[in-house]
Amino acid sequence: MALDRKIAYINLTTGDIEIKPIPMEVRKKFLGGRGLDAYLLYNHTKKGCDPLGPDNALIISGGILCATLASATARTHVMAKSPLTGLLGSCNMGGFFSPEMAWAGFHHLVIKGKAKKPSYIYINNGKIEIRDAANIWGKTVTDAQWAIHDELNDKEVKSLVIGPAGENLVAFANVMTGVKNAGGRTGMGAVMGSKNLKAVSCRGTMDVKITHPVEALEYNKKFIEQITGAKVSQTQGTLGTPFIWGATNSWGGVRTENFRYNQLEYADDIEPERIDEIATETMGPYHMAGCFGCQVHCRAQYKIPSGKYKGKYDEGPEYTSQGAFGAEVGCRSAETVLAGNHLVDQLGMDNLETGSIISWAMECFEEGLITKDQTDGIDLRFGNDEAVLEMIERICYRKGWLGDVLAKGGIPASKDIGKNSFDYLIQVKGMNNLHSDERATPALALNIATSSRGSDHLRSRPAIDLYHLPEKVLRKIYSTPVPYDGPLSSEHTEYIGKPWQVFWQENCYMAVDSLGICKYHTTFLGATLPNFENWPKVLYLNTGIEMTPEEIWQVARRNNMIERMFNLREGATRNDPEKGDVLNHRYHDEPCKRGAIDVIGRYIIKEKFDKMVDEFYEHKGLDKNGIPKKSTLKELGLENEPSHLL
Amino acid sequence: MQSNSKVLLINHEKCTGCRLCEQVCAVRHHGSSNPARSRIRVMKWEMEGLYVPVSCQQCQDAPCLNGCPVGAISRNEELNRVEVNYDVCIGCRTCVSVCPFGAMHYNAIDGQVAKCDLCDGDPQCARFCDIKAIEYTDGGDVSIEKKRAAALRLSTVKKQATVLEQHTA
Repeated sequence: MALDRKIAYINLTTGDIEIKPIPMEVRKKFLGGRGLDAYLLYNHTKKGCDPLGPDNALIISGGILCATLASATARTHVMAKSPLTGLLGSCNMGGFFSPEMAWAGFHHLVIKGKAKKPSYIYINNGKIEIRDAANIWGKTVTDAQWAIHDELNDKEVKSLVIGPAGENLVAFANVMTGVKNAGGRTGMGAVMGSKNLKAVSCRGTMDVKITHPVEALEYNKKFIEQITGAKVSQTQGTLGTPFIWGATNSWGGVRTENFRYNQLEYADDIEPERIDEIATETMGPYHMAGCFGCQVHCRAQYKIPSGKYKGKYDEGPEYTSQGAFGAEVGCRSAETVLAGNHLVDQLGMDNLETGSIISWAMECFEEGLITKDQTDGIDLRFGNDEAVLEMIERICYRKGWLGDVLAKGGIPASKDIGKNSFDYLIQVKGMNNLHSDERATPALALNIATSSRGSDHLRSRPAIDLYHLPEKVLRKIYSTPVPYDGPLSSEHTEYIGKPWQVFWQENCYMAVDSLGICKYHTTFLGATLPNFENWPKVLYLNTGIEMTPEEIWQVARRNNMIERMFNLREGATRNDPEKGDVLNHRYHDEPCKRGAIDVIGRYIIKEKFDKMVDEFYEHKGLDKNGIPKKSTLKELGLENEPSHLL
Repeated sequence: MQSNSKVLLINHEKCTGCRLCEQVCAVRHHGSSNPARSRIRVMKWEMEGLYVPVSCQQCQDAPCLNGCPVGAISRNEELNRVEVNYDVCIGCRTCVSVCPFGAMHYNAIDGQVAKCDLCDGDPQCARFCDIKAIEYTDGGDVSIEKKRAAALRLSTVKKQATVLEQHTA
């Protein structure tokens, strides 16, 4: 059964491997996946450890429901101290890796130390082996995976790998599996690279027993119907996430030319319909693919239709690539979006951070903060398609002065570039924002400012806030499983009630990340999708664990608190411009120039924003400085951390 | 008893590669999520985006049935399937080696051969495949949809050719 999956501690310096069961007490306290990872990270690293040193703990996991019948239980989580931010490093990906890891006997791996030479870890039905990666090092993301297939003579092996960017310790290198499934954020690929670890490969045929198989099958059918019955899931299954970009750009919520504008005009060539047309032309009418067990199938397949990379196969692009290699860098070409997406997939670097840091460098170039000498003659202006693709490779291989500087990540790069370049950097806690512009949406602004891993939409974004749902509907969603009778507003430009929504979403997303299911299967983009009320039954039928919605909510609060405790231990404070819960000054000082009538002229009013943060802290049980109150820690059972239960 | 003519129809072009069919097959038959136990498997060519579910075709003139040295395999007309009698089966795996589709599966965990039994008339793979890459449908209708698609293609080409003729005349 799911609960007999184990945890392995692997020391790459000594080669020592220790395998332990995960006690029920720990399961009930943290569930698994991201939540238990956070607990492990807090317990297995020391304050101030070097993110690229042997003492950093790289933790790889599946959720407690991984590989069970709960629809899309395919999520893999990776955690470590981040080389990009110096704070919590955390990323989550789809694909087929974590189920294979579960069938091979494991839910969590804690990897420390540094291998003497390039290595990879091979896990096969409970056995763990550290193998020589001499023939795999240097290879791109997909080539590395197929080379492992050849070496092990087994095409069913699933690998989590780094590309050249991870080997070159690019601060935002990612970890990947399959063609494009990426654990993108916070530079977990660089942590793997620093440990001389090219890949973790799994192959398993061990049963994940379902506690109540007949009922679980029937409930899963209903669960799936609830998910695929939602219009938003159907749209995602047709156009993929690009439809979100199209919708957001239409009203003016897309960061354009770094942060100059909030909408890309004349964007026909990168609109979702055009991207879909290319996918249809190159891959046929059925070009959508799914992660393990998922019926939403939001991942498109395509071949690049023209240009230098013509004919190359890839998957996606996600909406983040339309932002990263489209609006942010002021480009309007599908070819650039698809080629950029392909390059980062092959090289193993985060598309969001890559596009964002290039767009920042472009604004710095146009403002005269970076000279043409420093770019080796590249005309780094917005809209220069060739320059964007060239910079991706330069960053990966740390080529030229600017390539090497940008590979360090935004804040270190701003110190090298100097002058007032930091003012232009759209980051929170050292991680750049995705392509969205939150100046007209206070709830979303609060979300990126307070997210545990830096500027990010997948940790607490109340995306349904944009739908103008009637207050009655909002109240129904946001007052379960715990009561809430404070204010709520259907208006997305409002400030009232938003802190509760962000707090609620933070717990909802932590719950799915700990259960190991996909955010597209909960209250993220669709208001009718499953959440706290549905999970106890899924959990019970699949694993036998009995928990109430309120108990799952408490686990989520606890897990979120540990992430905050980790950041606080690493020196985060509320108002620190580099590590705090604050926005770039431009959110407050530069009004939106484009978009819908109720968006133009909007900016985040600093006083109101500060009040939202105060209120958010209150909901979480923090004091005015963002530090957990003693009573909160006691309520969550975290007063004795690190407690070394595992 | 009236015989069943329903068959499992796989249209691999539609397959999204999610492998839910493998999972529900294993849970239905063994109570475990474990593709190693599934009687249907999705074969993948990942760099081409090609995913093909492979399962038993319930052949009329089945090589597994013909090849079985102890007569453990027979045809069940009621369910329109080829089935294994495990009381007779000696586990020699001849059926595995002669199946042209690789659909006769050898489950190394239990040391037993296994094949699709159409879940006794309610195949879970088809039930759960939302995109209908796998369908459980009447055998007589299998080629009708293909005929329709081919006819449409032909008529479209014909129309285009007529337009071209008029254009060049």
